[in-house]
Amino acid sequence: MDLSKRRKDVAIVGAGMTLFSRRLLETGKEMSFEAAKMALDQAGLSLHDIDAVIVGSAPDAFDGVHKKGEWLLDGAGGVHKPYMRVFTGGGTAVFAPIAGWWHVASGLFERVLVICEEKMSSCQPHAQSAFAHIWDPILDRPLKPNLVWIFSMEMQRYMHKYNVRYEDIALVAVKNKRNAVGHPCAQLADPDITLEDVLNSEPMALPVRRLDISPPSDGASAVVLVSEDVAYDLVDEPVWIAGVGWCIDSTMWTNRDLAFPKFVAKAAKMAYEMAGIKNPKEEIDLAEPYDPFDYKELQHLEALGLAEPGEAAILTREGKTQRDGELPVCPSGGLLGVGNPIAATLGIKVGELFWQLSGQAGPRQVPGDPAVGVAQAWGDLMQFSSVIVLRRHS
Amino acid sequence: MSKRDVAVIGVGYTSFNSLTPEVNWKELMFEAAQKAYQDAGIDPRKDVDSFITCAEDFWEGFSIFDEFTPDQLGAVLRPMHTVTGDGLLGLANAYMQIKTGLFDIVVVEAHSKISELLTYEDVVQLAFDPIYEAPLSGDVHPYYVAGLEMRAYLEATGTTEEQCAAVVVQHKRAAFFNPVAEFEAQLEIDDVMGSGYAFDPLKRLEIAPRADGSIVFVLAGGEIARRLRGCPVYLEGIGWSSESPWIAARSPYAEYAQRAAQRAYEMAGIQNPRREIDLAEVDDQFAFKALQHLEALGLARPGEAGPRMREGAFGPEGEMAVNRSGGSLGCGHLLEASGLARALEIVLQLRGEAGTRQIKDARVGVAQSWRGVPHGTGAVAVFSRRD
Repeated sequence: MDLSKRRKDVAIVGAGMTLFSRRLLETGKEMSFEAAKMALDQAGLSLHDIDAVIVGSAPDAFDGVHKKGEWLLDGAGGVHKPYMRVFTGGGTAVFAPIAGWWHVASGLFERVLVICEEKMSSCQPHAQSAFAHIWDPILDRPLKPNLVWIFSMEMQRYMHKYNVRYEDIALVAVKNKRNAVGHPCAQLADPDITLEDVLNSEPMALPVRRLDISPPSDGASAVVLVSEDVAYDLVDEPVWIAGVGWCIDSTMWTNRDLAFPKFVAKAAKMAYEMAGIKNPKEEIDLAEPYDPFDYKELQHLEALGLAEPGEAAILTREGKTQRDGELPVCPSGGLLGVGNPIAATLGIKVGELFWQLSGQAGPRQVPGDPAVGVAQAWGDLMQFSSVIVLRRHS
Repeated sequence: MSKRDVAVIGVGYTSFNSLTPEVNWKELMFEAAQKAYQDAGIDPRKDVDSFITCAEDFWEGFSIFDEFTPDQLGAVLRPMHTVTGDGLLGLANAYMQIKTGLFDIVVVEAHSKISELLTYEDVVQLAFDPIYEAPLSGDVHPYYVAGLEMRAYLEATGTTEEQCAAVVVQHKRAAFFNPVAEFEAQLEIDDVMGSGYAFDPLKRLEIAPRADGSIVFVLAGGEIARRLRGCPVYLEGIGWSSESPWIAARSPYAEYAQRAAQRAYEMAGIQNPRREIDLAEVDDQFAFKALQHLEALGLARPGEAGPRMREGAFGPEGEMAVNRSGGSLGCGHLLEASGLARALEIVLQLRGEAGTRQIKDARVGVAQSWRGVPHGTGAVAVFSRRD
């Protein structure tokens, strides 16, 4: 695999995102339609112009619909088109656009639509119950594990190994929920939230407290990807997909280093190599790492090579990851502030980078005319990561 | 499109069996993968750039089956992902990855461990739209849709029930010559006609029985394939398409297969499929589907596949070999692996490794898949030998 080879360049020319909240009145098909329409409108395209559709959605168990991709098909605009669903658990948000990338970079398609949808509210009594079925049936399930307990273990390990203080981790939640104030789709934006609010929130499985966790949500996001041959016909300044990477670790999570996610580092290495990035700390202007829990943002920043192991908490405490800091991190408000409809967080990660790099992020715009950004998602059983590097040429 | 071509450098597969209590799904996958890597002469931990599994959560009984895929394929800490679709859709992704020019060797796996699912029809029932369609079924087996679609096909094309029964006779006889097939039988048309209506007009023997099994394909860029294998089998074109997900909006002509074939033929440069294609493996989860799919692939005109099947035109002595593997009727329906099973037969035939069922001088073959009731999604792949 020689990732530096010349390939067909792929640009993002439009993005759309629905409100993230409990949306009992809309079906997944309808939310997909809404996001797709926004993305197509922004690109100045109609469904007729689209050669293929790629869809992402996390477990079928949320909706209780078998082959959920087939069900979402018409809402996502896939009728009579090549239609593909890819699935990497929570990593789907950034992975579906990677699949979109190879649809175009292969030369098979000129214009593709990537849609990610999630409706967690139909899962009763709580989306958490779908996660009861993600465990190994022999080794894990008899222990009746719950995701929050697992993350409490991981967070403990991270804090212990790198001597990270809980107070610094909680600052991530404060930052992201405040950042989300400028986001029209946000579910948990809070301009007045303080560190004390997080520290005093309800204990879930210590050290994890309620405000350390992103909320389940419903919503959809979409992006339109086109080849270099047509990008400039649609927009003056396309945002290019400079690099993509993904990596899966063993199913045996008990054997894993819980403090440092090696699979994220490997996915990032692949994406950086493709993008020709040698020194991510210097070359990357802003980051949208996956932040379903506040400590995950820190772990992911470290594995993305944007901080040394254990250092991300210090950068956060020093304010360097604020929207106007040296390295703005989750200027969208992240999953912690905007919400976590698993696959649909495409709009918070890749969508946000597109809006930021093309100067369309409105009140969330980071200063300094950013040109290179990295987005990352994380999924499966704490084992998978997908990474995209976006770049504006001028 | 990039000039780089794509070839198959390795295939591995297990036997297809109705019960496999001696192994779990990981062991099935391991067996097929190990054979495929040996066939290709590669080390998965060093040589493979990307791995793909084709799986659906509800078939597997997990919420996120993707978690359970890397270890048994040698894909730990490597790029790997799931396609929630048929094996040919997995091949399509591998094809595109290789076509970007960045990925040299890509592995595709698909499997079925359906014997462990005790409530198959209840799971299929969950694939209907939960608001508008599911309530219509009540306690009726969801295959009633196949009965309705067969009726629509017979009405639209004038195909007869006997002609559909002839498919079962031919495919189950073909299975005698396939060592991994389990559902071979020496039947006459009257046996099929007399097997009773399961979903009028669909007979009991016209429904493919389900089987377990795993299949792994190793694909590579043409220049690598030629270095490793000399004369590999090439994947010349691949297309996939979907009709509306609503059962009420479906055409009787398998439009998904028509559109998929159109794309695949265009890529492969095939202008006259009847003349240029030597052998076909089409989806036959229900006997009439084989006829419908042959017509959609342009290998027979609408209404013509039935009579030609009855005359033996697609049999061992016929003008075009169809489902010499035995198809799903003879090998068993392998869920998301069915499309790869069809493609596997094409590869074995083009390589000259099909044993007692080997077709002489086969150069171009087409494999086709359909995702099953109640969906209208399918894929078509064209393979060739160029020596």
